[in-house]
Amino acid sequence: MIPGAFEYHRPTSLEEAVALMGQHGFEARVLAGGQSLIPAMRYRLAQPAVLVDINRLPGLNQLSEEGGMLRVGALVRDTDVEFNSGIQSRYALIADVSRVVADPIVRFRGTVVGSLCHNDPAGDWTAAALASRAQVVIRGPAGERTEAIDDFLVDSFTTSIGEGEIAVEARFPVPGPRTSGAYEKIERKVGDYATAAAAVQLELTEDGRIQEVGIGVTAVALKALRVAEGERLLRGQKPTRDLIRAAAEEAAKIADPNPDARGSKEYKRDMARVLVGRGLIKALGRLGVQL
Amino acid sequence: MEIILNINGQDRKLDVEPRTLLAHAIRDLGLTGTHIGCDSSSCGVCTVLLDHNTPVKSCTMFAVSAEGHTITTVEGLAQGGNLHPIQQAFHDQHGLQCGYCTPGMMLASIALLERNPNPSEEDIRFALSGNLCRCTGYQNIVKAVQQAAQVMGKKSEGLGSAADD
Ligand SMILES: Cc1cc2nc3c(=O)[nH]c(=O)nc-3n(C[C@H](O)[C@H](O)[C@H](O)COP(=O)(O)OP(=O)(O)OC[C@H]3O[C@@H](n4cnc5c(N)ncnc54)[C@H](O)[C@@H]3O)c2cc1C
Repeated sequence: MIPGAFEYHRPTSLEEAVALMGQHGFEARVLAGGQSLIPAMRYRLAQPAVLVDINRLPGLNQLSEEGGMLRVGALVRDTDVEFNSGIQSRYALIADVSRVVADPIVRFRGTVVGSLCHNDPAGDWTAAALASRAQVVIRGPAGERTEAIDDFLVDSFTTSIGEGEIAVEARFPVPGPRTSGAYEKIERKVGDYATAAAAVQLELTEDGRIQEVGIGVTAVALKALRVAEGERLLRGQKPTRDLIRAAAEEAAKIADPNPDARGSKEYKRDMARVLVGRGLIKALGRLGVQL
Repeated sequence: MEIILNINGQDRKLDVEPRTLLAHAIRDLGLTGTHIGCDSSSCGVCTVLLDHNTPVKSCTMFAVSAEGHTITTVEGLAQGGNLHPIQQAFHDQHGLQCGYCTPGMMLASIALLERNPNPSEEDIRFALSGNLCRCTGYQNIVKAVQQAAQVMGKKSEGLGSAADD
């Protein structure tokens, strides 16, 4: 299968890339790792007239902490995260995701930011970004803006990136010493999208209460969802099995999955509940709390 | 578009459309060891190495994007008539039956051994989980990678001591 014809640009500066995107408007698409876009083009689900290949732009591969945030540039590949020992040891949720997103070869090209921009309803990074309260930095003709992930993820395959804009980085809050997380994904095989998955991140107070918590679920609705009611139940509380059960139940309440070869509506909805529960228990276990 | 791709150490001039996939560009040069399998980015038989140690599915990259990188295909592994240790190991351990996945398997294995010269069985199975084989059941592929790890490890030890002399 061969993609439709397109005009190819490979700018060497961000300014040039933004100018090209501005000039071609909605005709143009950014080409990052291509691991979602190229398959979509081969199936002719996407037929952009112009591709702006950002792979040679300087300064977009930073993966560093600054001002309490982990900055993940738009050219940071999944493997950059997977093979980074600092991230693997301190960012439990991100580390978990980096080992299950797509397959090991795809991860050498696919980017974290590209995955957020793609906003696949079954994407893994979107759920993780919700749970860790990430932000996306967007550059366009009008300058730069930063969006909370909840505002960024608008709908299936739709983000708040406007005409002529490029996402330049994602920012994840640096986890403190009493913060941990987990990603629980059911997949039929390596390289398959989730049947259902849940991302959780939580921070405990010194006396063992839940200070802050983020819960995201994916593949169980038209887009990744924040389980806000579950978060609300847990916030400020001492974790117990009953409380976790109640919070997990909230995931099933908001799930509205499509049945497909991976499972029925009922199964996926129930897995949203099960995986949120497991994720919370695993994250707590990583903080030394056994329930 | 006129582009130059550095494949197996040689600059090759090509005239491609931007939409030409790297896998097709490579095969059109007569380097048909890079196979095309699933045609949907899933099977890994089209895996090549960019810049010596980065495995990519060449069916999921445009040839134009590969400009400026070095590309290694299976044809580039043997040197001066000697099989690369990974090729020798796949041969010795019978790490293939039909051979269709073998080029991709070997290139993905080399990338693993580059960053982890001493992988556990689990590491090997994990690293190769994006490359599908429908014949072997993977057992002998794992054995082959283990043999190659041993041979390549010895070789670099040998070089180290030679340099010390
Ligand atoms: C076999 C296979 C299995 C996969 N399995 C999974 C999986 O289990 N879970 C999962 O989450 N994903 C999976 N993926 C998708 C993969 O993770 C993609 O790499 C990722 O979703 C997109 O990242 P990319 O850099 O390749 O983006 P691209 O494919 O280059 O782009 C994707 C979309 O985002 C836009 N875009 C990309 N970067 C930017 C930017 N900086 N600014 C503005 N727009 C941008 C593009 O224009 C395009 O519309 C799989 C892919 C394959 C091939």
